[in-house]
Amino acid sequence: MPNTTIDNSLRQELMESLDVDQAQWSDELKEGMQEIKRKKIDKPVIYVGAGTCGLGAGAGETLEKINDYLNENNIEASIKEVGCIGFCVEEPLVDNQMPGRTRVSFSEITEDRVDDLLDSVFDGEIPTENLLGQFKDEDLEAYSDLPFLNEHDFFKDQTRMVLPNCGVVDPQSLEEYIAHGGYQGLAQILKTKTPEELCNMVEDSGLRGRGGGGFPTGTKWKFALNTAASQKYFVCNADEGDPGAFMDRAVIEGDPYRLLEGLTISSYAIGASNAYIYIRAEYPLAIKRLEHAIATLKEAGLLGDNILNSGFNLEIKIKKGAGAFVCGEETALIHSIEGKRGMPRPRPPFPATRGLFDKPTIINNVETLANLPGIARNGADWFNSRGTEGSKGTKVFALSGDINHTGLVEVEMGVKLRDIIYNIGGGIGEGKAYKAAQIGGPSGGCIPEQHLDIEIDYESLQEVGAMMGSGGLVVMDEDTCMVDVAKFFMDFIQRESCGKCIPCREGTRRMLDILKAITRGKKKENQDKHETLQRFKGVMYLERLSETIQDSALCGLGQTAPNPVLSTLRWFRDEYEKHIYERKCPAGVCKDLINYTIDDDKCVGCTLCAKNCPTNAIKGKAKAPHYIVSDECVRCGQCVNVCRFDAISVK
Amino acid sequence: MERVNKVFEKYPNAGRDSLIPILQDVQEETGFLSKDAVKAIGNYLNLPTSKIYGVATFYNQFRFEALGNFHVQICRGTACHVKGSAQILEEFKRELNIEPGETTRDEVFSLEVVACIGACGLAPAITVNGKVHAKVKPDEVKDIIKRYRQEVKENA
Repeated sequence: MPNTTIDNSLRQELMESLDVDQAQWSDELKEGMQEIKRKKIDKPVIYVGAGTCGLGAGAGETLEKINDYLNENNIEASIKEVGCIGFCVEEPLVDNQMPGRTRVSFSEITEDRVDDLLDSVFDGEIPTENLLGQFKDEDLEAYSDLPFLNEHDFFKDQTRMVLPNCGVVDPQSLEEYIAHGGYQGLAQILKTKTPEELCNMVEDSGLRGRGGGGFPTGTKWKFALNTAASQKYFVCNADEGDPGAFMDRAVIEGDPYRLLEGLTISSYAIGASNAYIYIRAEYPLAIKRLEHAIATLKEAGLLGDNILNSGFNLEIKIKKGAGAFVCGEETALIHSIEGKRGMPRPRPPFPATRGLFDKPTIINNVETLANLPGIARNGADWFNSRGTEGSKGTKVFALSGDINHTGLVEVEMGVKLRDIIYNIGGGIGEGKAYKAAQIGGPSGGCIPEQHLDIEIDYESLQEVGAMMGSGGLVVMDEDTCMVDVAKFFMDFIQRESCGKCIPCREGTRRMLDILKAITRGKKKENQDKHETLQRFKGVMYLERLSETIQDSALCGLGQTAPNPVLSTLRWFRDEYEKHIYERKCPAGVCKDLINYTIDDDKCVGCTLCAKNCPTNAIKGKAKAPHYIVSDECVRCGQCVNVCRFDAISVK
Repeated sequence: MERVNKVFEKYPNAGRDSLIPILQDVQEETGFLSKDAVKAIGNYLNLPTSKIYGVATFYNQFRFEALGNFHVQICRGTACHVKGSAQILEEFKRELNIEPGETTRDEVFSLEVVACIGACGLAPAITVNGKVHAKVKPDEVKDIIKRYRQEVKENA
């Protein structure tokens, strides 16, 4: 087994002790685990957050630089590549742990900052620059003057049940996952519970699907459990297609064994001996991590035939998605695994009774499955003691857009949206005002300022016309045009519509046409076709079309397709009206409806804007105020970008 | 064609459910799905070529023309949109003088729009041959293009 620090006999003992409480483990084993958790180290350890987002921010270069530094200075230290702790905006993150002391985390350690950082930590000084905080650990000596990481604004209100290991443990090490409590849930379940008891337990826990609909997981499993068949399948949906959601990627990259343990537990619950993970091909690192983890588990006897001597067999295969949003829908996903066009089919029969290769199939998403190891280990009550009446546990949100702390946030159900945005998220960037939060991706909706105080759970979101979806939370500030946002989503859905049913294929196209007409300038209008009149009817048509599509589309994607339009119409109707009646875009986004003007008092005539204008629409003599010829201007915004005197405004 | 046959070796006794993995592997090996490759896959899986095109054209991932040296993917996810990815796309279109889905005449750049690359915290994001460029600003686009052009010249 690669990446291991314990010897064979101890590993054997570990595998045999999985179903025993950790407190009753032998002293030798306990000590081995302490070493694996790096409570005892003999040389410094440097951790680099190397998830996809970290690498995007430059963690790859940082890693190389650290390697070079250690070689050049002959310093003995080990480097661990960990996943993403979720604080995307501060990437690349580098942690340092000295023997006997707590682990200290630093933010934004790009290549050029490596030397300075390592110089000082190996001199025994903890620099305050770029410092995030130290990890809380009772077994290690803390630095007296450093803040703790779990008291940081971003982390202190989070409850991590799905993400506790992400960015903390080595995602390639099975032993480390086990040392942090992994696979004990599975071992106990296999030993003490029948599939039916397990389904009951998950039902009692109140866990609901985290992929969108929010259907009770245990109940769903029972449909498949109670269907007799020679073969059943379990599918993990990791085709995270919602733009703005990336928690599944982070879980797989940072803690792949948690997902695989969850998948094993759930396959046992319905009696499936074959499981698939349907993952986006756009996530190469996540696929690599999964492949490695599956191979390691097979070697350790935690996958394959007769898992932990229970007589339960499971084979897990990875299927790479080929880029189709609709494949997030269950029946479309099944067709895609079967090698067909990923188009949905009418239900019933539901996949739970007739799914993949016509056999009973259950499909759960990554976050749902990642909740199971905890439930299996700590019981249903542990899980349902958190959350609200109808929604138990936690939810991971991918916080992005115009917010200071972008990243992954896991909070208990029922936390106020305001707390997520202003406490954890650190508020809106650049001192701008909040306008809306878009939640649930293309099937979801926007939450306006007056509803910032809703306590987020499945029901409350539906009341304000949004939905949980997979948990993408895109925050928008005052400079965002809501008509443009609706247009963006309709454009996306219209392109991704599979084309099978007419309401979705034609209806979304018409809705997009109407939105385009609303945001089009007078110049481009075709007078013969009475387009001006059509524009005025636009809002009425939008609502009527939306209802038709909701009622008659074949699958969930189609039925929820009008949501972005309906929710923006509901909360931001005045903005639509300004577009239609006044031909004005209040946020200054819709190109055809805005004009660029140069302020005579501010312009010094440096000619920079004129030189950069691609259509030569800016005229004027040097050292005299310039002006823009509106008919020639293509509204590219170049002039605003290059002007050093803030003289160009958008109206 | 040799490379296509090599892919087949990985899938002995392949059935319909191996079609998409085979298409993915062939595209990874050869860069795109050529007519001949599709025909060969049809022979191997005993499927009509029309069915294979039916599947391949359904999914965004598959291409039927060769790519340039650098494959630029612009993320058009929600977060990137809010952070101004439309403008980044405009810049690339103008600088390279091509539309998404096209390749420049010197075959150096191919431009593509993708739904979401999952780097929402770093919006707006683009990838060039898989390498993520984070928080791209419109005025950086020229530099990015110049840097990659330079690389081609140096390797020539």
